[in-house]
Amino acid sequence: MDGLLTEAFLSSLFTGAIVAAVPMLLAGLGEQMSEKAGVLNIGIEGMMLMGAYMGFLVAFKTDSLWLGFVGGILGGLMVAIAMAVLCVRLGLNQIVIGIGLTLGAEGLTALLHHFQFSRTYPRLPVPERLNIPGLTDLPVIGPSLFGRHLIVYLALLAVIILALLYRRTNLGMTLRAAGESPAALDVAGGNVLGIRVFAVLFTGAMAGLGGAYLANIGAGLFVPFMTGGAGFIGIVLAMLARGRPFWVLIGSLIFGAALSLTTALQVAGSNIPTDVIQMLPFAAVMLVLVLFGRRAKLPSALGAAYERGAR
Amino acid sequence: MTMKNKTNPGSVDQGASAADAAGPATERSALQRFLTVTIGPIVAAFLLSAIILMLVGINPLTYYGYILERSLFSGLGLEQTATRMAPLLFLCASLIIAFRAGIWNLGTDGQFLLGAVVAAATAPLLVGVLPGWAVLLVGFSLAAIVGAVWSIIPALLKAYQGVNEIITTLMMSFLGVLLASTLVKLVFRDPATTVPQTRTLPVADRLPRLFDTTISSGLIWGLVAVLLVHLMMTRTSFGLRLRMVGANPAAATHAGLSVPLLTLATFGLSAGFAGLSGASEILGVAGNVRANWNPAYGLMVIPLVFLARFHGVGAIVLVFFYSALLIGSESAARRLGVPQDFTLVLVASLLICLGLGEYIDHHKRKKER
Repeated sequence: MDGLLTEAFLSSLFTGAIVAAVPMLLAGLGEQMSEKAGVLNIGIEGMMLMGAYMGFLVAFKTDSLWLGFVGGILGGLMVAIAMAVLCVRLGLNQIVIGIGLTLGAEGLTALLHHFQFSRTYPRLPVPERLNIPGLTDLPVIGPSLFGRHLIVYLALLAVIILALLYRRTNLGMTLRAAGESPAALDVAGGNVLGIRVFAVLFTGAMAGLGGAYLANIGAGLFVPFMTGGAGFIGIVLAMLARGRPFWVLIGSLIFGAALSLTTALQVAGSNIPTDVIQMLPFAAVMLVLVLFGRRAKLPSALGAAYERGAR
Repeated sequence: MTMKNKTNPGSVDQGASAADAAGPATERSALQRFLTVTIGPIVAAFLLSAIILMLVGINPLTYYGYILERSLFSGLGLEQTATRMAPLLFLCASLIIAFRAGIWNLGTDGQFLLGAVVAAATAPLLVGVLPGWAVLLVGFSLAAIVGAVWSIIPALLKAYQGVNEIITTLMMSFLGVLLASTLVKLVFRDPATTVPQTRTLPVADRLPRLFDTTISSGLIWGLVAVLLVHLMMTRTSFGLRLRMVGANPAAATHAGLSVPLLTLATFGLSAGFAGLSGASEILGVAGNVRANWNPAYGLMVIPLVFLARFHGVGAIVLVFFYSALLIGSESAARRLGVPQDFTLVLVASLLICLGLGEYIDHHKRKKER
């Protein structure tokens, strides 16, 4: 373990933290909007996986990462549309349908992948990176902070935009009203179901984008079941962030660091089994929930379908 | 408050009992209801999955026909189906307790695997030290205890901090699956083999087989578990208390029940049965745990329990057919080249069609009123 604090180790730790954090950040930001509007979106894991699959497939077929991201968004949206119709429009149980959509996306992507690629896992070319002269050359943090794909900076921009949206705009207020007191919003002339559908679709798009990032940039390939709980961690991030996008960012960086220890420790030549290291992010989630669980603030109408005139 | 009522799994049950109590419901409407909320979703799910099979270029009739033939119309297949029912039945028992008490235990996979690993780690070492029945008893008991222990954190968080158990049990499940794998590789590894796996319980020391068949007697214990749980939840005062907590925690508190303690009991029992499920697979069939082994039955049993409306007998019938589906699809993966992941698609369709059936039924009843 003497090589633990070398430049290679620290650099791969920082890089890994950011690469691992971005999918969770996108998923967490997406989930946050659903939760604000009163929809507990357990199907997000499925949206992410579908985004990863579609994103990879499009990027692989067209040789374009950007089209891949569009494909990922569409993949996430497909699952989100099902969620919006079933849970918001028809008011079905959000947890039953959420589990159903997650399992369905797992099965469907594994099945489609099998019939397209059989047992091969083709790789995408390594993406070109943003290069800011001077900054990117800084030791240790340079390549990790300033040498990422453009999508990373767009995700950071999304944090700021969402924070402003929630605080300063009518749309932000309407979202909150749909989650805290849908009946009041309805009486005031707002469209509860409409705003919830919007929130669920936004979640799908963000989760799909996160999935596409995971497959196309994080791994460079698609493997069935590859999200491995990242979507669920996104739900935890949203729960703990109490409606604040910046907290989702901080949380995703912490969990990203925990995840990236896997690769970083391997670089350092440690012989701890990967199973143990893979436990770190989930253990971190549990620790945080034990310490701060009581403070997780959720909208009061979360999980309840809105039906006009129902008591 | 309304939120808690609508999100907890017990609320589905309330709808059902409200209909039962409606009084002069004619036989015809009971049948209609059965068609809408049970048979309809099953048929619809198979049709929906058939479309997906056609999309990937497989003839659904061939596929479904193969599964039926392989799992129900062949002697060996039928025996395998019956054997596979055991762990699924224990899981149903686990979920019936949790869902009736209004708790979403989505962590059964972790509890199942840790139970399995503990049973596999201890039982082979005890052979020869203890009589055969005692070896099995110790294996099952330890599995139940370890399964229950794995639910303590979500249970405490839910009971005393009000933290949503959906997330905590899922997280503990991921942790449990990884921990089980680690234990197999580092702690309980059989030094005699090159592949990482636990020591193997000799066939003679496993649960006895039934008569002249290859069916493991775990099936009997699974049936007993589901029926006992059913009776406990519907016929005892303890079960009534759990259901009260599930139906309306605030009302239960006002009625003088200790909701936190009953919540802890629910978690312990539910997770304990999930642990037993793991042990039944190891002590009955597999004999050891290989590293990274995870059948992931946990989430797949959920639609069965919902379709059965948390009723033990209904669950047993559905488990039989689901078990046949698993056996058939495992064989189809080798013979027809359709990966087993297809069962996930089928289970997902089942969950969604179940919700739709519930929706149609709800609106029909509303119109009648």
